[in-house]
Amino acid sequence: MTGFLQHTFDGLVNGAFYALLALGLAVIFGMLRVVNFAHGAFYMLGAMGAYVLLTEFGVPFWWALVIMPVLLGALGMALERAFVHRLAQLDPLYNFLLTFGLTLILQDLVKSRYGVQSIPYATPGELGGSVDLGLFDFPTYRVFVLVFAVAICVGVWWLLTHSRVGMVVRAATERPELTRAFGINVGRWVTPVFGFGIALAGLAGVLAAPMRAVNPLMGADLIIVVFAVVVIGGLGSIFGSVAAGFGIGLVQAWGVVYLADWPILSQTLVFIVMAAVLMWRPAGLFGREEAPA
Amino acid sequence: MSTAVDSEPGARQGPARSGLVAVARAPWWVRYALLAAGLVVALWLPNGLYPAVAVDILCWALFAVSVDLLLGFTGLMSFGHAAFWGTSAYVAGIVAIEAGLPFPLAVLTGALAAAVIAVPIGYLAVKRTGIYFAMVTLAFAQMIYYVANKWGTVTGGENGLQAVPRELGGMDLTDEYYFYYAALPITVLGLWAAWRIVNSPFGRVLVGIRDNPARARALGYPVHRYKLTAFVLSAFLAGLGGGLYVMGHQFVSLDALHWTTSGKAVVVVVLGGIGTLWGGVVGAGLLVRLEDWLSFSGFEQIGLVTGAIFVLAVVLFRKGIWGSAAAVAARWSAGRGK
Repeated sequence: MTGFLQHTFDGLVNGAFYALLALGLAVIFGMLRVVNFAHGAFYMLGAMGAYVLLTEFGVPFWWALVIMPVLLGALGMALERAFVHRLAQLDPLYNFLLTFGLTLILQDLVKSRYGVQSIPYATPGELGGSVDLGLFDFPTYRVFVLVFAVAICVGVWWLLTHSRVGMVVRAATERPELTRAFGINVGRWVTPVFGFGIALAGLAGVLAAPMRAVNPLMGADLIIVVFAVVVIGGLGSIFGSVAAGFGIGLVQAWGVVYLADWPILSQTLVFIVMAAVLMWRPAGLFGREEAPA
Repeated sequence: MSTAVDSEPGARQGPARSGLVAVARAPWWVRYALLAAGLVVALWLPNGLYPAVAVDILCWALFAVSVDLLLGFTGLMSFGHAAFWGTSAYVAGIVAIEAGLPFPLAVLTGALAAAVIAVPIGYLAVKRTGIYFAMVTLAFAQMIYYVANKWGTVTGGENGLQAVPRELGGMDLTDEYYFYYAALPITVLGLWAAWRIVNSPFGRVLVGIRDNPARARALGYPVHRYKLTAFVLSAFLAGLGGGLYVMGHQFVSLDALHWTTSGKAVVVVVLGGIGTLWGGVVGAGLLVRLEDWLSFSGFEQIGLVTGAIFVLAVVLFRKGIWGSAAAVAARWSAGRGK
């Protein structure tokens, strides 16, 4: 039983990363109808940035947690103005391809400067050690990640439902034309929302730095799993994306333990779940059927 | 149409230009004969195309054309074609090593294996369209990648398959120069098949589905089944390319299954021109040549260059090389006809 709870907790922590990344993807998709392939690269930039800030400028983790999302959000906004915006009127596939190209560039830029070796990043002192959660001990840092990620998700949800910006974003997500017809300047929010989604990816990256191997390719395979997560949750649904993120984290954690004898199966569980969802609910668990093309 | 060419000499047109117009206006079989002749003499040209690079171009040409068959003619962007390219490469490599099959049979076995795994993947993927189709194919290809990685007893895991023999009726094909000519017929057959599919009644239905799926459905065409058939055919062609690739290098690693390989195939198609079919051949020639030149000059950040070219192509040059050339040729010949 204790073991089970421990794996569950591990799964939730991994799910928190999927959820943060899926949340950013979903927010961007809702507003721009763009699937951002470079999301994993920005996650990597968040972690690498935290490392660079610490080693070259002596900036501690807590400041990196603020600085990196702001910097990357600004970079995202610049890229939106420079490239993504130009392709907005075309088939969304072009922006998918564009962000794929950007991914290759960002990864290779970082690779050429820092190599492909994983870099250690020390856990901040305040969050070292472990906490006693009653039945078992758990590393303090992981508890922090989980609490922090849930707080961010709830915060974004609150922003979407209770703020004026959130209302505009939700309205523009559901009925872009009608929202414009009401005289709301939707275009004004496109760039900030793109930047915000990127900032979430950067934030996830900084959070990952102390507990995962930091290297230029850390986001490369992760993003594919996150794509599967949003297909499962339904990309149009922000709640669905977050829920699927935590859910897949759990499924993977249990799979690793209970399917230990079938490594091929436990490694590919997320894709098997995706296949099952496509069979029974092609629009995703929380998604609505797309408008017929 | 032919009289228009003679009626106006066109004082401003240089010989190169009128030559291109003549090619653009020639009957289709002349153009394809020229293309085939180009492939045959590619190794004799003075600018020195290494045979190994030429073989790579053939493989990538098949791969790109297979992706364009879906992207350009069915309206489905597969971002997971490395699954078929890589599966075929592994299967072809394994049957060549274990059963000692002659290389064309090994390639064919690989391509068939690719088509077989394309059935379930395609069946699930065609339930979605647009960007979702791209993400679903990407995810399934990653699943194949993980399986190959974990199934080390068969695939060699991180080490890949090494020393794959290439044999044909006792002929010595170790020299890349001869292997290019041995691989050429398979490539031409594959390209011809793609051309034949696009220009068949079946191909017309695919284009109809691409342009207006609702109407195609209303006309009674089983849209999902057509898409699935196109997907499996495309996987087979990608498999031919992948099979030749493992024979060319006598080696295959997990890279062949990675999403960067899938992405590169789409890059090649966009560079050549989506929906032009032969644009893929041109794009393959260009990108393979460029990568070879970059790695030869010791430049390691190949992704930086491909990524930059790709970003520029998507932002500024969406018609691609073949598409732009076709548009220019059409304008010239229209101008002369006045």
